[in-house]
Amino acid sequence: MSDVVEKTLSALPSLLSLDSQAGAGKLSPSSKLGNLIKGITELTSKHEEETLIKKELESIKEQVASPNTTMRQMKEIMVRAIYCEMLGYQASFSYIHAIKLAQQGSVLEKRVGYLAVSLFLNETDEFLLLLVNTVLKDLQSTNLIEVCMALTVVSQMFPKDMIPAILPVVEEKLTHPKEIIRRKAVLALYKFYLIAPNQVQHIHSKFRKALCDKDPGVMTASLHIYLQLIKENPESYKDLTGSMVTILRQVVGGKLPLDFNYHSVPAPWLQIQLLRILAYLGKEDQGTSEMMYDVLEESLRRAEMNHNITYAILFECVKTIYTVHPKSQLLEKAAECIGNFVLSPKINLKYLGLKALTYVVQQDANLALPHQMTIIECLDHSDVIIKRETLELLFRITNAQNVTVIVEKMLEFLRLTCDDYSTIDLVGKVAELTMNSVFSLGGDVMQPDIPNNFLRLLAEGVDNVEDRQLRLFAVDSYVSLLQGETAKLPQRFLQVISWVLGEYSYLREEESDPGSVMRLLARLLDQRHTSTETRSWVLGAMTKLCSSPVSVALARDVCERYLYSGSLNTVLRQKAQELMILSQDTKLRARVLPAEGRLESPEVDSSLSFLDGYVSDALAAGAAPYKSPHQRQEDLVQEKALSLEPYGLSLPVSLSSCSITDRRSPTLLSMSSGLSGNSTELSHQEGSTTLKLEGVKRVWGKDGYLAQQQSAGETPTPLVELPSPLLSPQSPPSQKPSSGLEPDQEKRQLASSLFVGLGSHNSVCLVRLPSTVWLFIKNCQSANQSNVVKSLFKPFYINSCQSKNHGSFVKVSGIFAARKSCQTDDSCCFPPQISCISGSPLKEVKGHSVSVCLHTVVMKRASVQVELAGLLSYQRPLGQPQAAQFSLSLSLKHFLRPLTVSTGDYGKMWLSFSHDLKQNLRLVTTEHQEPLTATLDALKGKLHLHVVDIIGSEGIVACRLLQGPGQGQPCLLHCRVHADSLAVWLRSPVPELPDSLLYHCQKALTET
Amino acid sequence: MMHFLLLFSRQGKLRLQKWFTPIPEREKKKIVRDMTTMVLGRKPRSCNFLHWKDLKIVYKKYASLYFCCGLDAEENELLALEVLHRYVELLDKYFGNVCELDIIFNFEKAYFILDEFLLGGEVQETSKQVVSRSIEASDMLQEVSERPCSR
Repeated sequence: MSDVVEKTLSALPSLLSLDSQAGAGKLSPSSKLGNLIKGITELTSKHEEETLIKKELESIKEQVASPNTTMRQMKEIMVRAIYCEMLGYQASFSYIHAIKLAQQGSVLEKRVGYLAVSLFLNETDEFLLLLVNTVLKDLQSTNLIEVCMALTVVSQMFPKDMIPAILPVVEEKLTHPKEIIRRKAVLALYKFYLIAPNQVQHIHSKFRKALCDKDPGVMTASLHIYLQLIKENPESYKDLTGSMVTILRQVVGGKLPLDFNYHSVPAPWLQIQLLRILAYLGKEDQGTSEMMYDVLEESLRRAEMNHNITYAILFECVKTIYTVHPKSQLLEKAAECIGNFVLSPKINLKYLGLKALTYVVQQDANLALPHQMTIIECLDHSDVIIKRETLELLFRITNAQNVTVIVEKMLEFLRLTCDDYSTIDLVGKVAELTMNSVFSLGGDVMQPDIPNNFLRLLAEGVDNVEDRQLRLFAVDSYVSLLQGETAKLPQRFLQVISWVLGEYSYLREEESDPGSVMRLLARLLDQRHTSTETRSWVLGAMTKLCSSPVSVALARDVCERYLYSGSLNTVLRQKAQELMILSQDTKLRARVLPAEGRLESPEVDSSLSFLDGYVSDALAAGAAPYKSPHQRQEDLVQEKALSLEPYGLSLPVSLSSCSITDRRSPTLLSMSSGLSGNSTELSHQEGSTTLKLEGVKRVWGKDGYLAQQQSAGETPTPLVELPSPLLSPQSPPSQKPSSGLEPDQEKRQLASSLFVGLGSHNSVCLVRLPSTVWLFIKNCQSANQSNVVKSLFKPFYINSCQSKNHGSFVKVSGIFAARKSCQTDDSCCFPPQISCISGSPLKEVKGHSVSVCLHTVVMKRASVQVELAGLLSYQRPLGQPQAAQFSLSLSLKHFLRPLTVSTGDYGKMWLSFSHDLKQNLRLVTTEHQEPLTATLDALKGKLHLHVVDIIGSEGIVACRLLQGPGQGQPCLLHCRVHADSLAVWLRSPVPELPDSLLYHCQKALTET
Repeated sequence: MMHFLLLFSRQGKLRLQKWFTPIPEREKKKIVRDMTTMVLGRKPRSCNFLHWKDLKIVYKKYASLYFCCGLDAEENELLALEVLHRYVELLDKYFGNVCELDIIFNFEKAYFILDEFLLGGEVQETSKQVVSRSIEASDMLQEVSERPCSR
């Protein structure tokens, strides 16, 4: 840089001029600018300021016009003009003088001239044309500073049409000996690329040279171009992956000169730029991604959490890891990193953590689970930005089960900040997408006023830009939905789609041919599964749309089919007739359906007074008097409402009588059981052998439930009142569940309702389950000495077998191993609630005694998982009653059995089942099998499903749920390969079964 | 890419504005108004990131001055904070313990420094030394050129 100065010094004589301003930038109060600024700060009102500035501008105007004003004075005047513009007052008369200053001034004056130009003018300003020659001259100057200034102004703003004029000179600068010039030239070309990409196409090879520049600054600058190029067309630049990885490795390894360090982190800007480039390169490309795993890991490792800048790198790294082809090991680390962000007390990091989470939950919703409590806290955060981000996150994990709670939270938020511009945007998006997901998931069972409200939301509001955008967005998303497979869409959703398309398709007319929407709607009519009601909506939409000749022809086609092919439905005939007439008579149509006025609500005479004459005539003629809808309603069956309750988990356990046939009869049995259940509802069951889960407290939490369960000797929190006569007097007194929720409890409850449907069901997913349960049994070899013997209470082995009398049941055998010496004194039993017990030793292993206990567990209510917990009580002849607790979780799949049915029976059953659910699942791909077969085999293997038949791309599968005596309730699956996924449709007579089963299917397929 | 950088005081008075993309005058005024109301309305210790239309807004308060920039959606907010910080460092180095008054009275210098640091909305030079050297080079020129007049 020193020779820059030298060269400049040589040019100095021309610069010598009088300058009253003091040196390196300290203000001079005596200057005119100083006076102006001071004058303004002393003012008290806006009005006074206006007067002062007006006066100032007048004086500036006078001075710039005067031929006696020197360039040096002009420079000072220009600074004042800039100041006035900054305060918001136009000084447009000075623009031309700014250009003049840049043209004619010495280096210093030029600098101010260029600055004024770049502040005053826009790329589109015609004045800029006057600047082109000056820029060209300066670019070719021998004075480095002039070249720098020209390059700076060129990359600030330059008229697109004039780029060719200076391009060769700028290009030339890529080989300039000074790195600062090369760097600025690269950035100028980057700017050119952004505004006119085709003009710099021929110099791509020079960009490569810049990438290999020995100066890291020039190389960094070239990455801006590459980021843009690769973003637009990653395929053409895959060969750069190796270089980028190498550069990043060098940077991370600290190979750059020290002055590129920022707070002792090596070139963070460069690192982040490279990470972003790698993300584009590795996206959906396994081979390329594999090249970068190592360096990504290194970046993660090197960026220790200590400074803002390292967080920035970490955040970018995480983003890259989640964008490129996944590698589980890296994902794990990235997830951990996100966790650190979310948990950070620093609010900015928390925000980014939430953002990252929002991004990753789209790939795996379960990643949000560990952070639910933090998320809940963020929901009540004092900072609206955090709140908003949290809502965004929730919005991503919305499913049919938690949608109500989430929407409620969003509305709550909106009520607080309804005047915020960005909020309007949020509302639209949220309402739109949430509704879509609700419609497609909950569809037909939803209350009719939900879609109505949604439509009102769309229709209401001023006709401003956002509303238009929202509507256009709705139209676009619906059109693309209709272009896809429509068979799965619920009828009500189709109705909404038709209405929206009918009403707002005109918004997109310019960009597509008018018939396309019409054709989509017509296709909808042709489909067999479209219900009559939907058809009439569709016809209504078509009526609104048939303005162009193409549409009219289509409409006529449709009408003829309905009118003449003898459709029996009067509503449809009526609508078709309307469509027919309106499509033929454009004038009438314009009057009935004015295109402009559709946003204004028409005036409606709600009393229908114009019909009075008709009514009295009709009554006179003997017609029945009018009955209000309210009266008629009573006869109508209420429509089914969307269930808002989170699915309860109950553990109905059927008891079968048991006998204890131990080698020695147990001297005393005390029995008690802890059953976990989160159901707020009571599960009433019949018979003396059943449980009454009265007042069972919701017990769950991150680490809550099981920990309590394991602390032997304490009464388990969830207690069960036992009506069973088996209850022995020694049973510990039942505790009433503590009333009132703990402070945290409320939040947890919220968490449960928010995160329901993610992973597994609410309470269960919060409980960590150990794979083995340890029991501590007091050894009683000698009466005086008690040793603690750890006995491994193996997880229950669950097998199924057929019993003659009870149909099927699950045999749970717990192998209970204790020391030989104590086995005679200990009597063990199982809590009667899960039903017991055969304590007879099956076989005697040397040194151990083994008792096998059998009892039946069934699932009364389908659930993803149930928790089985119990208290094992035993007593030595002379000792106190002892107790040990155990618990284990049983998943739904333990209760599933194959259901062997014929295809015919399957068909009959399918139609009779009311609860259904549709979802797309991942297809399993193997080398030697069809994806469908492979997927179904995987399901069969993991979930004991029975594959009934596979026909082409469809397969039908059946299973049943062990649910009390008898065959158990069936669940049918209809699977169809659709694109890259498996569209599964589940049906069952049991409400919760499809949902729970679907969860396990998902899980089973992800695991393979 | 950065779309704009604004410096304004606690009273909402604009101290410096830099627009990296062509924006009509009216829109600029609206942005300035929106930014000052949004940013000044933030409580202390709240997070430094905001949304405005489809831009990310990153702001930071240094003494009595707010630094506020608008970014593309894919930009890294934390990094933008560091860009602001680096700019403050550069100003500090140049003015020596910079204060709002320095920037008010010498805003053109603040612009020059900015032009050496950011170009077309991207970070041009990340090395602090290099940036200050190129600013010094231009200023040396100024000092030398001004020396004769003091005599």
